Amino acid sequence: MAEKHHIRVRLNGVDKEADVEPRLLLVHFIRDVAGQTGTHLGCDTTNCGACTVLLDGRPIKSCTFFAVQADGREIMTVEGLIHDGKLHPIQEGFRQEHGLQCGFCTPGMMMSALALLEKNPEPTEEEIRWGISGNLCRCTGYQNIVKAVQYAAAKMHEGVLV
Amino acid sequence: MIQTTSPEIGGMGHAVKRKEDARFIQGKGNYVDDVHLPGMVFGHVVRSPYGHARLKSIHIDEAMKVPGALAVITGADLAAAGLAWMPTLFHDKQMVLATGKVLFQAQEVAFCVATEQYAAADMAELVEVEYDELPVLVDPHKALDPDAPILREDREEKSNHIFHWEVGDKQGTQQAIQGSPVTARVDAVFQRCHPAPLETCGCVADFNPVTSKLTIWLTSQAPHAHRTLFSIVGGIPEQNIRVISPDIGGGFGNKVPIYPGYVCAVVASLKLGRPVKWIETRSENLQSTGFARDYHMTAEIAADRDGTVKALRVKTLADHGAFNAAAQPSKFPAGLFSICTGSYDFPKAFCEVDGVYTNKAPGGIAYRCSFRVTEAAYLIERAMDVLAHQLKMDPAELRLKNFIPSDKFPYQCPLGWTYDSGNYAAAMNLALKMAGYQDLRKEQAEKRKKGELMGIGISSFTEIVGAGPGHTFDIAGIKMFDSCEIRIHPTGKAIARLGTKSQGQGHETTFPQIIAQELGIPQQDIVLEEGDTDTAPYGLGTYASRSTPVAGAATAMAARKIRDKARKIAAHLLEVSEEDLDWEPGKFFVKGAPSKAKTIQEIAFAAYTNLPEGMEAGLEAVHYYDPPNLTFPFGTYICVVDIDKGTGEVKVRRFIAVDDCGNIINPMIVEGQIHGGLTEGLAIAFMQLISYDESGNVQGGNFMDYLLPTAVETPHWETGKTCTPSPHHPIGAKGVGESPNVGSPAAFVNAVVDALSHLGVTHIDMPIAPWKVWQILREKGIT
Repeated sequence: MAEKHHIRVRLNGVDKEADVEPRLLLVHFIRDVAGQTGTHLGCDTTNCGACTVLLDGRPIKSCTFFAVQADGREIMTVEGLIHDGKLHPIQEGFRQEHGLQCGFCTPGMMMSALALLEKNPEPTEEEIRWGISGNLCRCTGYQNIVKAVQYAAAKMHEGVLV
Repeated sequence: MIQTTSPEIGGMGHAVKRKEDARFIQGKGNYVDDVHLPGMVFGHVVRSPYGHARLKSIHIDEAMKVPGALAVITGADLAAAGLAWMPTLFHDKQMVLATGKVLFQAQEVAFCVATEQYAAADMAELVEVEYDELPVLVDPHKALDPDAPILREDREEKSNHIFHWEVGDKQGTQQAIQGSPVTARVDAVFQRCHPAPLETCGCVADFNPVTSKLTIWLTSQAPHAHRTLFSIVGGIPEQNIRVISPDIGGGFGNKVPIYPGYVCAVVASLKLGRPVKWIETRSENLQSTGFARDYHMTAEIAADRDGTVKALRVKTLADHGAFNAAAQPSKFPAGLFSICTGSYDFPKAFCEVDGVYTNKAPGGIAYRCSFRVTEAAYLIERAMDVLAHQLKMDPAELRLKNFIPSDKFPYQCPLGWTYDSGNYAAAMNLALKMAGYQDLRKEQAEKRKKGELMGIGISSFTEIVGAGPGHTFDIAGIKMFDSCEIRIHPTGKAIARLGTKSQGQGHETTFPQIIAQELGIPQQDIVLEEGDTDTAPYGLGTYASRSTPVAGAATAMAARKIRDKARKIAAHLLEVSEEDLDWEPGKFFVKGAPSKAKTIQEIAFAAYTNLPEGMEAGLEAVHYYDPPNLTFPFGTYICVVDIDKGTGEVKVRRFIAVDDCGNIINPMIVEGQIHGGLTEGLAIAFMQLISYDESGNVQGGNFMDYLLPTAVETPHWETGKTCTPSPHHPIGAKGVGESPNVGSPAAFVNAVVDALSHLGVTHIDMPIAPWKVWQILREKGIT
């Protein structure tokens, strides 16, 4: 076992410090060290996107990213979406439009969708489909996920989220 | 007809938003890998790199030097405890950990346990296994050759043949085919594929040495049956086993069997007295757990020149891999494959299936389907298109001509099933209208003139779902009923528990809607629980679209028992006789005097406070429902494709899906199920393939090689519905989760073949990758 490294990661607005093996994957740091299990692990090879989190605001797949690489940086996961007890429009959209079934891909899918909307607040259907194309869903056939993102885009546009 | 309830009650037919979503959208789901117990340790499986090899030795010394190493369990250890082999779900047995030899790549050889997850994986790298390679058999067509290696030395019968099964009128069918003016034949392979739910399989096994209680958090679609099997196989008293199936990240049949990893985790927990977590990697999931299909099929149809079908003959070779671990509870070796006459009125039919062993992963699970109905629906829908092509008839017209007429239901098919209800022409006519079929054909003709490739594919499938009945279906002898228990609290709120287990189907929302329909209690006042064998009534689980047909029926029946008691209490409260009462959802009232009424909430309170003389307190019921028959959902799908001549790429331009699943509980959820099933059908038609090279190496053992559609490849689905209720189901429902996956592969393939039919193409095997189409186009001189 290699020497452990001390890292400090700002996770959903709270500093989390730990001594970790250099090989520890970020997804395991988030789930097992920080105990936030909303981020899932689906494929190990960066294909499915269930482990998608935002690193300094940009989506990454945390199953192929080492925890030590996140030292001193900011991570946002599904647990960080809720604000003052109020659901984020992207969360509302997934529920309103039936954008989820088993729920396993949902956290990663929402993080990718959020990153898309922050870059492109009024995406077309095709842009949404490309924007979430790094995230696999086996249940919904994506159609209602597209609607969920459109719902969130409209809501965010209205400025409901301050 | 189902009486419409108010939105406040939210009974059947309301698009109620899902209750389960609240936790999932906040990252608060509780999947097996989220379970974390004090003192928990981790398991990792050592797997065979070879497809067929003799085990010479296993050395664990180096592995045990890893910091945190606790144990390595081998087949020899399990053999000492009588657990090296376990029964499969279909009259065979399979190795838990290899003894003697390995029979497929990625077979389980040893189980390493360590205090940390990474340490357990390190250990697995350091377990040294010596093998002697043996000749590998991957082609099922060679399994019965005289020089084929015999794979299963453990069996008395020294052959790779597992079973021969036939059904129908062999001679009559042969005569009909011989004397027929027209015969159409198709040889079609339904390729080996894998359901690949986004969550892999896994468990946490927690044996408490103080109480002797074993609790297993399990990715299980059938927790009660699994508890019984663990008890029977492991010799643990059943009351000391609790299986908890928490949130499941998709199942699609993958989580029906019991896998060696589960058994190893249980053994490790028994040995160590600590909770042991084992979660598959994606590669382990794809390479070793239940594959689906691998049916090599031939269909021959005899018909008159006008297209009237006379007979169907089907011959199939089924590749079951190293062990016959087909997860199917029917009495028939090929499950419900004999539904292969589909939606058509064949006077004669004959079907035979032979199963063989090969050096591939065991399985034969029902991937989003009812035990081989997908293979059957694909075959007949392909064969009908081949016949239409041969007769130069429009495939829609041929189907309309041969549909079982709606006045012939219940319909006895020549292979033994009794279809409950159907109106196939209605579904097809709606689909044709939605598609603008005639215009599409005109457009296709014009495009052909210009050398462009456009195809229209039709599939008018019939499903068979909802196992039981108990006389035909069982798991380890346990009949395939299902159950519901409802308790009404004094304040009129309720809890219901079922023997099924949702994996994303939305049971927490839909089953309360059935109770709301039957009792008038608002659906939001009803909590639904399933998946905990210590609390839920015994049931056989969720797969084969059986939750609504079986547990849904049990739910309605349990609610009706409660309503019967509620009527007695209402009569007592209103001081009238029971016969003087009428019911509308939510209250009993005196006939002719609707203001004299007692609500279900008032009655519930009285059930605990003010009962008629001699009546037991409480308001609850349990019902175990054994269905009298299966249900037969159906539909017509139309697919429109454009093919890029330069690349062979197929673009699905439109897809129209008309489904008939009888009465609908929640239209939003039904539509979601259809979207999802169609997408899996698309994946099967164009992408998903688990193949093996000649040495037995798995091709397609990770998501880089096993392709799944993203939002970009997935088209916009156009859905429609007709409603033909099931006459034997208490709420007239039929089940829907699998119809789109069963019915759609043929529509996609028929569309591609249709686009190329003028070139003489009559069949292309799935998955239709661009290279296959490109190759055909080059062969035909199309550039």
